[in-house]
Amino acid sequence: MMSVSVPDLPAKTGRSFRPDLKTIGPLVALALLVLLGISLNENFLSYNNITNVLARSSFIGIIAIGATFVITSGGLDLSVGSMAAVVAGIMIIVMNALIPSMGISLGVILIGMAAGLAVGGVAGIGNGMMITRGRIEAFIVTLGTMGIFRSLVTFLADGGTLSLNFQIADLYRPVYYNGLLGVPWPIIVFALVAVAGEIVMRRTAFGRYCAAIGSNEQVARYSSISVDNVRLITYILQGVLVGVAVLLYVPRLGSASSTTGVLWELEAIAAVIIGGTTLKGGYGRVWGTVVGVIILGLIGNILNLQSFISPYLNGAFQGVIIILAVLLQRGRRSA
Amino acid sequence: MKLLKSLLSVAVIAGGLGGVAHAQDSVTIGVSVPAADHGWTGGVNYFAQQAIDRLSATYPNVNYVFASAADAPKQIADIEDMVSTRNIDALVILPGDPDAMTSAIKQVKDAGKFVTVVDRQLSIDGVENLYVAGDNPGLGANSAEYFKQVMPDGGNIVILRGLPIPIDQQRFDAFMAGIEGTNITVLDDEFANWNRDDGFKVMQDFLTRFPDIKGVWAQDDDIALGAIEAIRQAGREDEMFIVGGAGMQQILQRVQAGDKLVPIDVSYSPAMIATAIELTTSHFTGGIQVAGRYILDSTVITADNVEEFLDPDSPF
Repeated sequence: MMSVSVPDLPAKTGRSFRPDLKTIGPLVALALLVLLGISLNENFLSYNNITNVLARSSFIGIIAIGATFVITSGGLDLSVGSMAAVVAGIMIIVMNALIPSMGISLGVILIGMAAGLAVGGVAGIGNGMMITRGRIEAFIVTLGTMGIFRSLVTFLADGGTLSLNFQIADLYRPVYYNGLLGVPWPIIVFALVAVAGEIVMRRTAFGRYCAAIGSNEQVARYSSISVDNVRLITYILQGVLVGVAVLLYVPRLGSASSTTGVLWELEAIAAVIIGGTTLKGGYGRVWGTVVGVIILGLIGNILNLQSFISPYLNGAFQGVIIILAVLLQRGRRSA
Repeated sequence: MKLLKSLLSVAVIAGGLGGVAHAQDSVTIGVSVPAADHGWTGGVNYFAQQAIDRLSATYPNVNYVFASAADAPKQIADIEDMVSTRNIDALVILPGDPDAMTSAIKQVKDAGKFVTVVDRQLSIDGVENLYVAGDNPGLGANSAEYFKQVMPDGGNIVILRGLPIPIDQQRFDAFMAGIEGTNITVLDDEFANWNRDDGFKVMQDFLTRFPDIKGVWAQDDDIALGAIEAIRQAGREDEMFIVGGAGMQQILQRVQAGDKLVPIDVSYSPAMIATAIELTTSHFTGGIQVAGRYILDSTVITADNVEEFLDPDSPF
């Protein structure tokens, strides 16, 4: 270990000017899916169907953008689905508890939203501290908190379902169902988070640090990057984004139960990988994640829009696409 | 509570000359249920606890051992512990996965215990002394009966099913048999996994595909709640009605309020666990015969009889 290699970042930024199969792969897959959808059902491209699919994919999408940062810096967060359920549960409990003193008012919803973001952030700090300060594998920490959050929501709901007060739910409902100029709010928020994520990943020091740490932690340390702090921030960001996703999720059904957010972590990770981010870390692509989320959403939609392929095979389709995406990535790091 | 009771019984045994005789008089009943992973199993846990609390107050010489397990291996370990360390006289079990648990339950029976199986049939016949369950084919048949009644001229319906397991198949087959020969057309059926989020998604896609839907059979109330939101979003709540199943409080409140979208519900109550515990207890306390099969009706719940199914304390 006499010489220290320089992080190979410049080489990577150069890559984006030379579109290859790895870059256009997800886009080609998306285009093929859209063509398949059009051929199967005339309503596929209808305004309602497209907004439905995008709006209901937005939760996973916002969470997956957080996951892009975590995975790019060489980490992993398996707890996001259970965390979403717990955040939704606590938001509902807080809002229901405030009604006697504050009535049916906008204030209740705003405090509920703030509580949701705070709980997400605190959960992220918890995960991040155990990983960076406790020096425990991210896989183990978040596998543990996944179980903790899941049983916490079951406990809070007493095994049943936590439901938001009907009147508050009616007041809150437009946050999922209404929008600006005919575009539902979840899609707008998803787009804003995606644009902000892309800028942070590409144009800020933080984004470069994430890639550097994921690429080679030792080198990053020698380059005087505060590895632990950058890592911690990725987990906090992930937690806050889970909070943002839940702010949009709660007004949809007005409830949380132990089935809320089941397997969201796997969908988020799958979207990140399909989008071209390396699971080992070191290279992240936010726009790719967005494409990955839309691909996963469309697979489910297309399977529901026809009746000759069994819905049992939904998971198989998603699996094939994930494996293909990773196959396309091979060779990137061995070059 | 339970700890206190076992400490008390130890004190009684240790305390007096009559202690030994007393211990022989007392009966221990083990109750094993799956962990609360959705609304219905949450209800099972709630009603089991409630029955145990009530019955222990009535019968001081009956002890209950309660366990809730997340999966089959844990549930098997629970009942082994009950036999070896708590020396139970009877076992009331709602097997999470009946196929995986049949041989373990048979061992309990072979050890001379009274066995009550709830809700799910074991893969070998004749293991249990008492079988208590809801009527799954009845749930499908009664729902079909209602569709026939309100759609005498036929029309298009869609079905949101549960999970691909035998209970779902029994309900589905009975429903399809029930509407056979009518002009009711099933446009399509999809699995919504007994889950609200999936109910929402599947219904959204059905609404995109089919411009004309008169009725929705959701087979379960959690699925129905998701589907209702999708229908409201599409602004089509005046075009159709939806029939769920199981008797969830939120749905029953809508039935009571006369919601046109949710005219009825069909019961499949998690309270059947309480029936099973009660019957098993009376086998020991009342000296009456309870062995056999006890199938609870899947009653059609309408605005007229909804009162008797409402329970503000129930988590389901």
